[in-house]
Parts: sequence; C-alpha cells; structure tokens
Amino acid sequence: MSWTIIQQSIPVFVQAFWLTLKLSFYGIIGAIIVGLIASFLRYFKVPVLRQISAAYTEISRNTPLLIQLFFIYYAFPEIGIKISATAAGISGLIFLGGSYMAEAIYGGLQGVAKIQVESGLAIGLSRGQLARYVVFPQGLTLSVPAIAANVIFLIKETSIFTVIAIPELTNTALDQIGLYYHTDESLFVLVIAYAIILIPLSLALTWLERRARRGSFGN
Amino acid sequence: MAHSGINILFAGQNFTRLLGGLWVSAKISIVSLVIGILLGLLLGALRTLKNPVLRTILRLYLEFFRIVPTVVLLFLFYYILPKNFNVNLSAQIVAMLVFALWVAAEMSDIVRGALISVPRHQKEAGMAIGLNGPQLYRYVLLPQAVGLMIPATINLMTRVIKTTSLLLLISVMDVVNIGQQIIEANRQVYPNGAFWVYGLIFILYFLLCYPLSAWARHLERRQNNNA
Amino acid sequence: MATPLLQVEHLEKSYGDVHILHDINLTIATGSVTVLLGPSGSGKSTLIRCLNGLEDFQSGQLTFSGQPVTPNAKTWQQLRQKIGMVFQSYDLFPNLTVLDNILLGPLKVQHRSKAEAQEQAVKLLKEVGLADYQDAYPRQLSGGQKQRIAIVRALALNPEFMLFDEVTASLDPEMVRGVLEVLRNLAQQKMTMLVVTHEMNFAREIADQVVFLEEGHILEQTPGQQFFANPQTERAQIFLNSMDF
Repeated sequence: MSWTIIQQSIPVFVQAFWLTLKLSFYGIIGAIIVGLIASFLRYFKVPVLRQISAAYTEISRNTPLLIQLFFIYYAFPEIGIKISATAAGISGLIFLGGSYMAEAIYGGLQGVAKIQVESGLAIGLSRGQLARYVVFPQGLTLSVPAIAANVIFLIKETSIFTVIAIPELTNTALDQIGLYYHTDESLFVLVIAYAIILIPLSLALTWLERRARRGSFGN
Repeated sequence: MAHSGINILFAGQNFTRLLGGLWVSAKISIVSLVIGILLGLLLGALRTLKNPVLRTILRLYLEFFRIVPTVVLLFLFYYILPKNFNVNLSAQIVAMLVFALWVAAEMSDIVRGALISVPRHQKEAGMAIGLNGPQLYRYVLLPQAVGLMIPATINLMTRVIKTTSLLLLISVMDVVNIGQQIIEANRQVYPNGAFWVYGLIFILYFLLCYPLSAWARHLERRQNNNA
Repeated sequence: MATPLLQVEHLEKSYGDVHILHDINLTIATGSVTVLLGPSGSGKSTLIRCLNGLEDFQSGQLTFSGQPVTPNAKTWQQLRQKIGMVFQSYDLFPNLTVLDNILLGPLKVQHRSKAEAQEQAVKLLKEVGLADYQDAYPRQLSGGQKQRIAIVRALALNPEFMLFDEVTASLDPEMVRGVLEVLRNLAQQKMTMLVVTHEMNFAREIADQVVFLEEGHILEQTPGQQFFANPQTERAQIFLNSMDF
C-alpha cells in the first residue's frame, strides 16, 4: 500500500464524500417526511390511504434497494418516466427509507403509555388534541433511537448507488480500482471514509439508546 | 407497447435461467445463514461472559461489520483475499464467507440481547442446583432466550435475502446478473425488456421476503401480547 | 330527595366471555363521598372506568345530572369535562410542565382565557401546597407531588364529579398523607366524589356511603358509619377483618 497513491486520490474521495453526504441528507429528509405521513395515516386510521400506505410499506421493506433503483432508473424510462441517476438514487432511498422511518415513528407512537392516552381522554381532549399534545410529542421522542438507526442504515445503503453510476464513495473507489488498479489504497480510503461518517453516528446512536432505556422523561 | 414486452420472460430459456439465478442467491443465503447463525450463537454467548478482552474483540468485530456497508465488505474480501493473501476463492464462496461473517456479527448481538434479558435469578437458580457454565447456557439460558431471538433472526434472514441482490457486483451469476444479460441480449426484440425483467425480479424478491417478515411480525405481536 | 348526580342502572360489563360486572345499580348524591371497597380483582377499577367512558359496557343506563348518557365518543368527550379522574399511576404528561399539564384542558378543551385559567391553576396549586412548582417538569417531582398535581389538573376543568382510582396505592407511605389531605379538603368543599382506596381509616373517616363490590356484584351500598360498624353481609365482614386499620 502506497501513501503517495492515497494522498493523490484524496481530492476525488473528498468530492465523493460530500456527494454521499448530500445524497444521504436528501434521501433521509425525504424518508422522514414519507415516514411521518405514513405513520399519521396509520395512527388516524384514514380509510383507503391507510391501506395504500400499508401496501407501500410492505413492498418497500420486502424488496432490495438495488432492484428498486434498477426499476426506477432503467425500467421507468421504458414507460416514459426519465430521471437523472442522482434523482433516481434519492428517489430510491426515499422509497426504501420511508417505510423504515414509518415503522420507527409508528413504533414510538405505540410506545406511549396507555395511561397517558387515558389521562388525556379523562380531561376531555379530542382524538386530534390527544395526538397533538400528548401522543405525538412523546411518541416522536420515543422513536428517536429507531430513527437514528435508520439514518445509519440509509447512509450505508447509498453505497448501492454505485450500480447506477452515481460517483459517491463506493463508486469512486471502484473507479480508482478500474482505472489504476489501486485496489488496496482505494478500499482503505473507502473504509476510512465510511468510518468517518458512521462511527460518530453509531456512538450517538448508542448514547440515544442508553438514554431511551433509562427513560428520557423519567416520569 | 409495454404489454407485449412480457414475452421476454418466456422467450427461449429465459424464465428457467432467471430461476436458476434465484437458486444461486438462495443457496448463498442458506449456507451463510446456517453458518452465520451457529457462529453467532457461540459469539453471542461469549459476549455475555465477563472477560473484557474477549468482549472488546467481539464488540469490535460486530462494529466493523455494522459500520462497513455490505457492498464494501464484498469488495474487500473479493479483491484483497486473492491479492494479499494468495487465497483464490470463487465469487460465490467469497459471498458466502462475507455473508456468514456478517450474519454471525448481527446474530451475536441478537443472542446477547436475548440472553441478558433472561432474569438474573434464573441463572442463580441454575447455579444453585449445581449446573456448570455450559450447562447453564444449554439448559436454562438459551431455551428461555430462543423465543426472544426468533423474530429478529427471521428479520435478519430477509435482510440477507435482500442483500443477495448485491452479488452481481462481484460477478456472481445471480438472478439480477442474469436478468441484465437477458435484457441486453433481447434489446432489439424487446426494447421494454428492463421493465418486465426487473419487474419480475422485484416480485420474486417480494415473494421470498414478505412471508418471512409477516411471520416475524406475527411472532413479535404474540410475544408483546403475552408480556 | 334531590336528583342524584349520578345514577347507574343495570350496568353489565364483560371482556369476551369473562363477565366482569353484574347488574350494577348505584346512586351517588350531589355533594357526597362514596367509597368503593372490595378485594382486588372485584371489578372496582373497571366500574370506575365505565363511569367516564374509558371502558365501554354491554348494557345498562347511566344518568348524569338527570340527563341520560348516550355512550358514544362525542358524549363522553363532553362529559369528561364534568367528570374528573385521577389514576393510580402518576399520569402527568412528561412532555409538559406542571402548569401546561394543568392548563391543557381549560385552554384546549374548554377554550377559556389564558389569564383566567392560569389564575385558577395557581390558586389550586397553592391549595395543594405546590405553588412553587409551576414550571417544573413531572420528572422533577416526587410521586406524591405528581399525584397532587394530577388532582389539580382534573379540578382545573371545574368538574362536578371526581373519580379517584387508588390514587395512593403506588405512593411511598410518607407521601400518602399529603394526597389524602387534598381529598379530605375536597370532601369538605362538598365535591361529589367516588373513591377507590385501600386506606381503610381514611375510607371510614370520609365515606358518606360505602359500596362494597365482590366478583363484580355490589353486595352492599350502605351509609359509611353503618358499613364499618356493622356490615350487613358476611363477605363484607370477612373483607373488613382482612384489612389493616
């Protein structure tokens, strides 16, 4: 392994690093929005839309991101929907992540103690008010560790974007290997790059989980 | 003309070839799950011991496989084993190895979590009747923990199945790779081939994963109701 | 006799095949304190929860202030403003401060003015000795303090009737007195109350009438003094003998 080669490749990787972060960011924000909508539909038992969102959740969770991406990027143009690789990547990540976020958020809502719901009812809150003042504030807090775990998961999934040739970290490493045969160096930098992103997040997740176990409200 | 494209699936040997590719993915999943789960049971039990060195090593092992994306793990083993260690393995074997080690890491965490949730007095009661360490795990702790481990283990299975879609990246002839070849070979006759082939693969994966995740959810719900 | 505040007639409740409450008939006079006694598992909590719609029931008629109650979500939501309830577990909303816990109902359900509701809240907090805790979060309070605030939260809606479901059962002994003191004051102010409790001395002191429940049947509904001095049924006698005073 040569340090010179590593140093020379740093600028390309830095670019890829930011791209990975940017794509992850959009995908995760989108996924959280989809997840919030889906879990609200489920919580409020909205007819029809709730069934649609349940079907979406099953499809999204039980198929691989790679196939979802292939479908969006290669198959959709054949029925007249053409989007760029980047847009396809972000859409795929949102499609996949939305269902994971929905499960995390809904799990949090379900985790709100029954007595909390009952005491809300006991002071005359309507279902909507109960959701707004009691269930959602507490439930969303409870779902934070699961959301954080999904954030890590989704960032890792961006490595699959390489199959539609988005120049994120993994794709860049493969490029370096293909062009210059710098296999060891490229893989080394690749692992380090993911570690830089994911180790702090993973530590934060451990901390969040520990805090959640202690009961963040401590009522 | 999307409707005529469906014939791409049945032209020549295409359908059998796709199923053949699916079998490769299934084989890799099964082998790596069996090895990984067994290894994970052992590692998970070891992680509940007090030995700090062992615990740290196993924790680092878990974190490495958690933090590095599976795609990257595949490349690491695929490129580095032959080049630096002179070990030449077929892509399928590399995939089994990576998946088995990954499953073992995840499994060790599931096992550890389940074991430490068995009430302390159960362990003490076992010791009180004179069971030794391995007996304690074999007759008291594992049987009680197994129920808790099953839903997470089934979910891990679906993750492994979904992850087999990455095998084409290390040139394994899996269902996706064969699908790509079919699309390319039939580009002239079926310009809409991707829609149907990827659509079929999409459905095949769904059919494999959905029953498993529905089963896991059913078990989880039952456990919550009993709790 | 004046119109009772609450009348329960022929109430039946079951979970699936399990019959929990059998033909419950109960009259609660305005301004009176009713203590609901019975061994654990006798259906006390279920009964009290039926009275503000947290449990539904299969048949029977409730009449509140002379008005028959149609048991549906809308009616209950209206009625719960008049029927306050405090639970055994400390049930304050952990995401809100003490004051916001208390004001949630008056502001969001009753749409009262903030100034007026807050003034009342502060006054009630003073009465329970917790005026300094307005801005605290529930996690900063002891169990006894939380229970007193849960009572204030219910009172802030100006209810006509209060349900107390074993409100001291989860408290450390030294916390119990403060909470009972609040209940005692309420009784003196002629609040109509239905109290489930295991504090027998307190029950004897406060009860205008005692309802004795066993296995889902009301075995006795008698004036308080009479119940403790001279229970009519053997079951009630056995129950009283089993309790510590």
